[in-house]
Amino acid sequence: MNSIKKYAGLLWIALGPLAMYFLIQTAAAEIHKKPIADTWVQWGIFIVVALPIAIGMIFFGLFALRGEYNQLPEDSADKNSGN
Amino acid sequence: MQQKGIWKVIGASSLGTLIEWYDFYIFGSLATVLASQFFPKTNPTAALLSTLATFAAGFLVRPFGALVFGRLGDIIGRKHTFLLTLIIMGGATFAIGLIPSFESIGYLAPILVLLLRLLQGLALGGEYGGAATYVAEHAPEHQRGFYTSWIQTTATLGLFVSLGVVLITRHSLDKNEARSIAAFNDWGWRIPFLLSIILVAVSVYIRLKMKESPLFQQIKEAGQLSTNPLKESFGHTTNLKMVLLALFGATMGQGVVWYTGQFYAQSFIENVCKIDFDQSRTILIWAILFATPFFVIFGAWSDRIGRKWIMLIGMLLAVLTYPSLFRGLLQLSDLRQQIELSDLKQIKRNLVPLAASGDTLRTTTHQYFFASGAVKTTSIKDTLYKTPSLTTLHPETKISVKLGNKAYWKMVLLVFIMILYVTMVYGPIAAFLVELFPTRIRYTSMSLPYHIGNGVFGGLTPFIATLLTTIQTDNQLAGLQYPIIISGVCFVIGALYLSNKAPQHASSQS
Repeated sequence: MNSIKKYAGLLWIALGPLAMYFLIQTAAAEIHKKPIADTWVQWGIFIVVALPIAIGMIFFGLFALRGEYNQLPEDSADKNSGN
Repeated sequence: MQQKGIWKVIGASSLGTLIEWYDFYIFGSLATVLASQFFPKTNPTAALLSTLATFAAGFLVRPFGALVFGRLGDIIGRKHTFLLTLIIMGGATFAIGLIPSFESIGYLAPILVLLLRLLQGLALGGEYGGAATYVAEHAPEHQRGFYTSWIQTTATLGLFVSLGVVLITRHSLDKNEARSIAAFNDWGWRIPFLLSIILVAVSVYIRLKMKESPLFQQIKEAGQLSTNPLKESFGHTTNLKMVLLALFGATMGQGVVWYTGQFYAQSFIENVCKIDFDQSRTILIWAILFATPFFVIFGAWSDRIGRKWIMLIGMLLAVLTYPSLFRGLLQLSDLRQQIELSDLKQIKRNLVPLAASGDTLRTTTHQYFFASGAVKTTSIKDTLYKTPSLTTLHPETKISVKLGNKAYWKMVLLVFIMILYVTMVYGPIAAFLVELFPTRIRYTSMSLPYHIGNGVFGGLTPFIATLLTTIQTDNQLAGLQYPIIISGVCFVIGALYLSNKAPQHASSQS
């Protein structure tokens, strides 16, 4: 199970940039279709919000690949002492 | 904590959170009326401000509010922080109800509405994490799912109350229905906003009497409070990996299931199935009413069997059954196979002379009656020009279907099933998030994934679903691709990486 978790990390790493690529492509098409400030602002907000999420997805994949999720803390007491 | 005490805590926290959700939803419920009052479409600047109010409040400011108030809640305490968010939300809502229209004060009106809407988003970002943490930290460990599930009912009940208040106000301003609706669109829409201040005042009074969370008090007295919760939450791998797991393995899927069941379903019923304004709302009201107890049932059940699989099975059921459920909604509203009572068919024409141009505005209304009790109304608006060679190129056509009794309740059942999935993914999630993070940075750590999952992934559902239907025009169910893909990815991540800890909690009673 741990090796599936680990190698699935590659998939999550790829998913971040892939999602951003589709978002930027759609944004460009929509802005091209209706080039007004309204469309720019709307898609600009989406990209600004999606970028850190996509980076988060890459980090998630990296953590998975490094085996960080193989052994999670058992209870809140572990977490409290872990910080 | 004594049984009576915990119910006081739940009552005080839930009431305030319910009011915050009510405040946030009435803006959405009254979007059309607000647009006509503050954001006229003919004015590009006003339309831009409207876009900002719609998207920035949910997507940008909500997660930002989670960070600001989460940090505050981990430093000064849960009680004072979620008291502050309640006051900000209530004040902003009340103030929206007082703003003069665009016609009276020009651009100042939409700018004020935008600022107040952003404040609402900020407050909402801080409220939920505080309320969930506060209740969870009062509850015995083996019953966290049950007690926090009461907080989970508030988002849905907030929507229920907002829909109810809007419908009641819309129909009670005059004995004549048409005049009542006209008065509501003119000034009556302010009532649901103004009403908020009374609800908030009561809630603030109750919350002021509450004590700080015992777990927070304990670490405060031990001098173990975090000095920099943001850095501890997102700067250390140990905690950051849990924040990311919470987002991609739970809240992302939960958010889209929630928004699909409660918001996209209603918009689909109204705009795609063409069910009339009142029925599309009462269908949701009934479904919510029947489904709400299941938040508590699934929350309590998660104390016995664990949170993970209840949430993930809710997502999986959504992925597998959304196409059939939405196809069912379409079939129920399709009157082509039904027996029409042709004798009852009515055609009405209304002519309104336009003084300035000398043209006439014509409204032709056809009403078709069916044996099932359904009524279809088609209303066509066009202009009869003084110059005979001119004709209206694109007459405005509106179709509205009023369902018969049997189809109406079948539709309630379908929406009920969708909201049942919402209760599965949402009922246990507060306890799940609370248990994922340590007390000293809990408010900050759980608020961000919750608001990105719900505000961003969930909040985008109606927008992306509509976008997909405009791209794939021959497929009325194209909008479902977004919630199905997001829930599917979330299910796989959750199934692979989340652990199911509840039976262990059940044995370690505190």
